[in-house]
Amino acid sequence: MAIRRAMSGRIMDRTAVVGARYMSSWWRSVQPAPKDPILGVTEAFLADQSPDKVNVGVGAYRDDNGKPVVLECVREAERRIAGNLNMEYLPMGGSVKMVEETLKLAYGENSELIKEKRIAAVQALSGTGACRLFADFQKHFCPDSQIYIPVPTWANHHNIWRDAQVPQKTYHYYHPESKGLDFAAMIDDIKNAPNGSFFLLHACAHNPTGVDPSEEQWREISHHIKAKGHFAFFDMAYQGFASGDPEKDAKAIRIFLEDGHHIGIAQSYAKNMGLYGQRVGCLSVLCEDEKQAVAVKSQLQQLARPMYSNPPVHGALIVSTILSDPDLKKQWLKEVKVMADRIIGMRTALRGNLEKLGSPLSWQHITNQIGMFCYSGLTPEQVDRLTNEFHIYMTRNGRISMAGVTTGNVKYLANAIHEVTK
Amino acid sequence: MRPEFASPSSSSSSSADRRLNALVRHLATASMVSQTAVAFSPTSGFHGDSVFSHVVRAPEDPILGVTVAYNKDPSPVKLNLGVGAYRTEEGKPLVLIVVRKAEQMLLNDKSRVKEYLPIVGIAEFNKLSAKLIFGADSPAIRENRVTTVQCLSGTGSLRVGAEFLARHYHQKTIYIPQPTWGNHPKVFTLAGLSVKTYRYYDPTTRGMNFQGLLEDLGSAPSGSIVLLHACAHNPTGVDPTLQQWEQIRQLMRSKALLPFFDSAYQGFASGNLDEDAQSIRMFVADGGECFVAQSYAKNMGLYGERVGALSVVCRAADVASKVESQLKLVIRPMFSNPPIHGASIVVTILKDSNMFNEWTIELKAMADRIISMRKQLFDALRARGTPGDWSHIIKQIGMFTFTGLNSKQVEFMTREYHIYMTSDGRISMAGLSSKTVPHLADAIHAAVTRMS
Repeated sequence: MAIRRAMSGRIMDRTAVVGARYMSSWWRSVQPAPKDPILGVTEAFLADQSPDKVNVGVGAYRDDNGKPVVLECVREAERRIAGNLNMEYLPMGGSVKMVEETLKLAYGENSELIKEKRIAAVQALSGTGACRLFADFQKHFCPDSQIYIPVPTWANHHNIWRDAQVPQKTYHYYHPESKGLDFAAMIDDIKNAPNGSFFLLHACAHNPTGVDPSEEQWREISHHIKAKGHFAFFDMAYQGFASGDPEKDAKAIRIFLEDGHHIGIAQSYAKNMGLYGQRVGCLSVLCEDEKQAVAVKSQLQQLARPMYSNPPVHGALIVSTILSDPDLKKQWLKEVKVMADRIIGMRTALRGNLEKLGSPLSWQHITNQIGMFCYSGLTPEQVDRLTNEFHIYMTRNGRISMAGVTTGNVKYLANAIHEVTK
Repeated sequence: MRPEFASPSSSSSSSADRRLNALVRHLATASMVSQTAVAFSPTSGFHGDSVFSHVVRAPEDPILGVTVAYNKDPSPVKLNLGVGAYRTEEGKPLVLIVVRKAEQMLLNDKSRVKEYLPIVGIAEFNKLSAKLIFGADSPAIRENRVTTVQCLSGTGSLRVGAEFLARHYHQKTIYIPQPTWGNHPKVFTLAGLSVKTYRYYDPTTRGMNFQGLLEDLGSAPSGSIVLLHACAHNPTGVDPTLQQWEQIRQLMRSKALLPFFDSAYQGFASGNLDEDAQSIRMFVADGGECFVAQSYAKNMGLYGERVGALSVVCRAADVASKVESQLKLVIRPMFSNPPIHGASIVVTILKDSNMFNEWTIELKAMADRIISMRKQLFDALRARGTPGDWSHIIKQIGMFTFTGLNSKQVEFMTREYHIYMTSDGRISMAGLSSKTVPHLADAIHAAVTRMS
């Protein structure tokens, strides 16, 4: 210990030495954690010096110049907000106005369920926070339940339910051979799950595959889930982003509501309003009646209070400013469609380029799939080659963020993909 | 016919069985489904019971519930001394001038985007926050032994730190002072720690029960975590003196107790940022480890923006780096990455020396107004000859005064004088003004003389 002290060059007073009996850190045995697979990609991209580098990793929208976008409606909302309002604590359940408008998007502008006050809803920390709050709620109030998660899914889904200590199982979803939906196996898994299981469903634009059930398939899924008394929890992170029309993108949810399910929904404004870092979202749970909704909401708040007390106000203000002003809302809908259309255009371009290069493989899944991501079918080894040889960054499951594709880089990208797959 | 429902291991049953089961299920009625439901709540799809039918309404949060009740009250003389949010002399919430300036700068900077922050938040924010609390010349910072992550205000910082401790620390018990902020026990319990208390407040003196504190910490198992309010103890306003802090430090280090500081009022207590950080810096100076939860809610008035930071001071740089990587694993499944707006305001202010100075001036003005309210209330009670020793009002420090009034007296004051405070007799001095002090003094006087 004396040597250590001498080496540190510091004279520690006697009492400190006594107190420092445990000379080594408490945390010596803490292992370095693995890098987050998705966010780690962007870190690596930023570190790369190559002028040709392409980031098709994280799912944040880019314009055709590869630049992040702040929507005009958001800028206008911010102008109106700045300097006018105080920064007082929101209620634990967040901004009432924001939540009201958000429910209309998911449940329908004139939803009877909203009028009947049957929906327990709180502002949440974007989609992640909404899922986590629901997972904690599920653990507290249905402690014997388990969650069924599609294969594959956004990696963080597993982390969320694990940290909430809800046992998880998986259900078939993606069909690698067809690069589409493994519908029969999915239905089988729904039927074989114990009654009253919880099922996590991606409402639209499945992440990471981009493969969505058709309307007919959704109806059948709804039927079987209902027959088994399962709970349907929707993660809707891309409403408006998939087809360009928020109403259309909510179709799966509306089908379930028609069929009488009491669903839960996690909604996010990260992508469709470009509010990523503001962490704005909403968790809602449809209940039997108003009394139940009040009870459930109060319990959700009890879970939020020891996590962050009350949610951040700024992003919520932006959302409620936009959605409660008819002109701003119209502008938002236009801007969402522009983003969705650009992505659809890039899908067409990427597929077209690959076919022009004479690729022996089929690339029709690029245009069949929908939303921000394309599950390319590339192997981890092929992805590594793309990164090491071509400075193209994506997650190793072969997921391409189409938002990162531009008219400027689509040929380069197609070329590189062709090189590693031919 | 009683339907046979597939068990989880149905993969072992034949496909014929499965088809039969499927057929049976389609024929089953709603009531049969719910009768045979295995261990789980009834079905959700029949316009009938929800799986959450059994959920009962939670009680109102005691602190935030005060404001709810206040808002309902139609009386023109009502006074909200509940939640600890600063109010001006006019009783209005305050956005600091320097904060408004920072906001405008951010608004006008067209290059700013709203992209995801890294999991740990804004790097500059983390660095500046560490400097603010530990001091710019802190050896722990110089030696890269501190990891700081942006979190959702004080609450969020406490929660993230507690979750890390529940996973990685060998002792799962945290000792919290008696009394403490109402939300503390819940934060730690939900994070997976078990909560015990140590004596802190002496109701007879309305000051510290220092002997009790030393005894309780002295008998805590070695390695236990100890929650310490860095300054301006909430709810009592009673802080240890510097000598007492030194004694606490020595005791804790000799028992290898792990300090977890909650710093929600830096600058708000004395009006001086460095002075209010003394307790923490004392612990860091001895080379030992500690956790610090920092909040900008009060001292920068950023309440609803949820801006805070969790710092972990480690013995070595490589350890700090490993700790940070594990903190990220706590954060990612909780909220992925922290909100950008409030932290950007903080960075704008802290990194500009002029704006920093403006902030310290506005901060001191808030602290001074509170100190002045303490004096005025004390004088008003003396003038009325209110029985009892009210010197604790001016001895206690920070936003709150623990009046010593009991819940019956509090109830009386709410009923008769429309004064809202938490039932433990805690009043937020920030909610007082020169105009309203007389009304409060009248109410206290009445409560003390008419109710015991």
